[in-house]
Amino acid sequence: MRVVQLGKQVTTGDSALTILNNVSFDVAKGEAVAVVGASGSGKSTLLGLLAGLDTPTSGSVHIAGEDLFALDEDGRAALRARLVGFVFQSFNLLPAMTALENVMLPLELAGESGAAATAKALLERVGLGGRLTHYPKQLSGGEQQRVAIARAFATRPALLLADEPTGNLDEATGAAIIDLMFELNRERGTTLILVTHDMELSRRCGRALRLAAGELQS
Amino acid sequence: MRFFADAALALRLLARDWRAGELTLVAVAVVVAVASVTTVGFFADRVHQALSRQANQLLGADLVISGDRALDASFAAEAERRGLKVARMLRFPSMTAGGGQNVLAEVKVVTAGYPLRGDLRIADVQNGTDRRATEIPKAGTVWVDERLMTRLQLQVGDVIEIGKSRLPVAQIITQEPDSAIGFINAGPRVMLNDADVAATELVQVGSRVRYRVLVAGTPAAIADYRGWVTPKLAPGQRVESIEDARPEIRSALERSEKFLSLAALLSVVLAAVAIALAARRFLQRHLDACAIMRCHGASQSRLVRLYLQQFVVLGAAASLAGCVAGFIAQHALALWLGSLVTVELPEPGWMPALHGFVTGLALLLGFALPPIVALARVPTLRVLRRDIGAPSGMGLLGYALGAVVIAGLIIWKAGDLRLGGMVFGGFAGAMLVAGLLSWGVIALVSRIGGAGVSWRFGIANLRRRPMASVLQVVALGIGVMALLTLTIIRSELLDLWQRSLPPDAPNRFIVNVQPDQIPTLKKFFEGRGMVMPELHPMVRARLIGINDRTVTPADYSDDRARRLVDREFNLSWATQMQKDNRLIAGYWWGNKPRTDQFSMEDGIAKALGVGVGDKLTFDSAGSAFTAEITSLRKVDWDSFNVNFFVVSPPGLLEKYPASYVTSFYLPPGNVELLNALVKQFPNFLLIDVAQVLGQVQTMITQVSRAVQFVFLFTLLAGLVVLYAAIASTQDERLYQATIMRTMGASRSQLARANLAEFAVIGALAGLIAAAGANALGYTLASRVINVGYTFSPMLWAIGIFGTVFGVMLAGHLGTRHVLRIAPLRVLRMLS
Repeated sequence: MRVVQLGKQVTTGDSALTILNNVSFDVAKGEAVAVVGASGSGKSTLLGLLAGLDTPTSGSVHIAGEDLFALDEDGRAALRARLVGFVFQSFNLLPAMTALENVMLPLELAGESGAAATAKALLERVGLGGRLTHYPKQLSGGEQQRVAIARAFATRPALLLADEPTGNLDEATGAAIIDLMFELNRERGTTLILVTHDMELSRRCGRALRLAAGELQS
Repeated sequence: MRFFADAALALRLLARDWRAGELTLVAVAVVVAVASVTTVGFFADRVHQALSRQANQLLGADLVISGDRALDASFAAEAERRGLKVARMLRFPSMTAGGGQNVLAEVKVVTAGYPLRGDLRIADVQNGTDRRATEIPKAGTVWVDERLMTRLQLQVGDVIEIGKSRLPVAQIITQEPDSAIGFINAGPRVMLNDADVAATELVQVGSRVRYRVLVAGTPAAIADYRGWVTPKLAPGQRVESIEDARPEIRSALERSEKFLSLAALLSVVLAAVAIALAARRFLQRHLDACAIMRCHGASQSRLVRLYLQQFVVLGAAASLAGCVAGFIAQHALALWLGSLVTVELPEPGWMPALHGFVTGLALLLGFALPPIVALARVPTLRVLRRDIGAPSGMGLLGYALGAVVIAGLIIWKAGDLRLGGMVFGGFAGAMLVAGLLSWGVIALVSRIGGAGVSWRFGIANLRRRPMASVLQVVALGIGVMALLTLTIIRSELLDLWQRSLPPDAPNRFIVNVQPDQIPTLKKFFEGRGMVMPELHPMVRARLIGINDRTVTPADYSDDRARRLVDREFNLSWATQMQKDNRLIAGYWWGNKPRTDQFSMEDGIAKALGVGVGDKLTFDSAGSAFTAEITSLRKVDWDSFNVNFFVVSPPGLLEKYPASYVTSFYLPPGNVELLNALVKQFPNFLLIDVAQVLGQVQTMITQVSRAVQFVFLFTLLAGLVVLYAAIASTQDERLYQATIMRTMGASRSQLARANLAEFAVIGALAGLIAAAGANALGYTLASRVINVGYTFSPMLWAIGIFGTVFGVMLAGHLGTRHVLRIAPLRVLRMLS
């Protein structure tokens, strides 16, 4: 992944607010990078831009050689489907689906055959083999996040983006989730970019990018 | 391939949502919508069939071919070949003798199977209990009606002389289906078997015999047969079906259809409200799902396709279920009505199911499509930032397509642009006014302070989500308005209409009063303490020219116009316009009018394609006269007064041979007066319209009962609207209740806050409903039903208090469980 002079401004009324300013960095394949910084430093905005969920005011993002913002929204969606997986702070599981179905969803959207078998194997891998037919509301926070991680790895993404994956979890559960993420990351050779203000977590990554007031600190 | 792969995925997603209960409300709304539409549709179809069959009873058949000379044998043969029911009949006037008296009677000769429609009822003895006849008089016997029995002073078993035959009376006829059609068939009757007619030697060259072939069958077969037989008719022969029946019967039938279609319209609107609320809720709850799927690479168009496929399948399945429910419900209705109505309801056709299916699908897609498109545009960033809400386009504008669908459905259901437009306009206008009004009142009420903490919280609820509150008020208002409108229709409009047929409506016509008999007739009435009814002169004339061209029946393709030209018109003259007439074009003549003017009945003018300014030429007894149409009138045929298609001012028609005609009310049972009248004026033709009136009134009663049932059904639809309205704010309520309980609010405080909120919603909805229903009732009464309408204070009281109570009760039941769930569980459910 190559990020070049990425900038994001929002205009509210007459004043323009700079959220990100001239952010540039590279992430090598298989690397694990933490983005850290105080609240409001622009971490989540950066992650949204890296995933192509939002468009920047200036600059570019290349994933696996493809210029993200040269694509239209549907093109970016297709690229996400192929290359990117997500883990969110608030888990974002669909309440109407069982754990198994939540993990199956990206596979089904990709039109892959054997979605159920793949999803089942993944859920067993994250230790939820016995809770396949449970709905999110029947699972604890840690269990929900494990389902979310299984879902993120389901399509074997080259890049995994995680937004405060332990933010809603207690310390012990959070640590277990982190272990799981790094294990899967190693097993599958995934590039990992995670946003956090958990210093413990950032130390486990190979590298930390520090954001302050929208600018990257060296 | 991709499409099918996605169709399978859409089905799986649908199954998951269904299992999770996300779709139950949408499905229930569609099922109720379609069920109500199809129940009304199926039932209206059956009632309509029954009504037209009952109207056909007046003909004794679905189709009658009649003529002055023997009808071609192929007419009956072809009808039989086509599997239709056929009977033949002859009618002629003849003197009958018995008991030392002679009476001119109408002889009716019938073949087996008569009557094909309607009941022929007979009794063993005079004034005995009658029963439905299952056959015709046996050869060698006759059946005689009560009047002739009385006149001839006969008993059952006595012999009656008809022509050269002497035949014993076997039964007394108490009711004949076809006795009141046309003026000439109203004399006392005797009925004999076709096998006996030759022996009477009455049917000879020059005898005044009317030949008829009666045919009955399915509407399609009858229409086919009619197409076959019509070109083969000789001059003086004609085909009649219910469409050609007398104007008063036709107008009753048309009005029945209007009532029923109106009832169907109301369920459509209610259904739409429920579906709109349910679809909106579903889509709001799927914002996250959409954002996630977009994150996982689903394109906007793919999301639209996935949800569209889901909704099409859901809509189709729910519509189908609705059709089945509707079919069952209409059977229940038929059973319920079965004990009240003796008329047999035919099985419904399949068209109402198709209508219901199309309605359900169109309503669902009409209200779901705009939100689906908006939903697919949900910002993917929502997965990171939950505060990014619904994309624009899910507001009021999203309902525009739904509104168009409803307008289309209403006009389609009404089968009448004007009626449909009026009803849609009424609802749309009411919605707009209701929305603005409730917005204003909510703003106003929220300023009222100091009334206790629960009240303040309740009102704050309304203010905090003004759109949702306004939507609930409007939805409930419309629902209740529909119910109230139906209440008005059922009780008030129907009463008004029935009252417009006064109980003392004329039930006897006297035809063929000669000018020199008028003073004697006056004395006859006055001698019995009765007022001499108004006599109208009548001149028979044939229409031979319009403007400068000659007119023949062949000039018209329209059956009615053809017959009008073929037959003689009854013309009259008058100075004043009759009270039951209304001028709709031109002007009525003053006191010293130009004599060469005609005032024409509107319907007849339309059939003939003439209007004000056209000149008509008539021929009466060999001499022609011409006059210009200077006005058109609408005639209230329901009044059963004597009325004329063509009227002129005095001075034009007096030189032509005229007789007089009148109508009057004869209290039932006063047979003596009739006998005395016939005895004193043997040339009079007395026509009993009591039977026609009775049959028309039976139709009205049946329609009113049908509407009553529909009212129950609409009530159910209204409750679904209420439930959908409550459910659409359920998540918000749960969340709010949780926060408040966490902060120490007691259950009863929360319950009271909810009740305060529902009370305001109910009051507003009730107010809007009562106002709207009154306005709509007034419009319908004055524009469609043509009766005067008075505003009912009870309606306001029932509307407002009923709605407040209903909404508070339903709201309490619907939100009760919100208060019982432990706050922590709610927080976890909603996180």
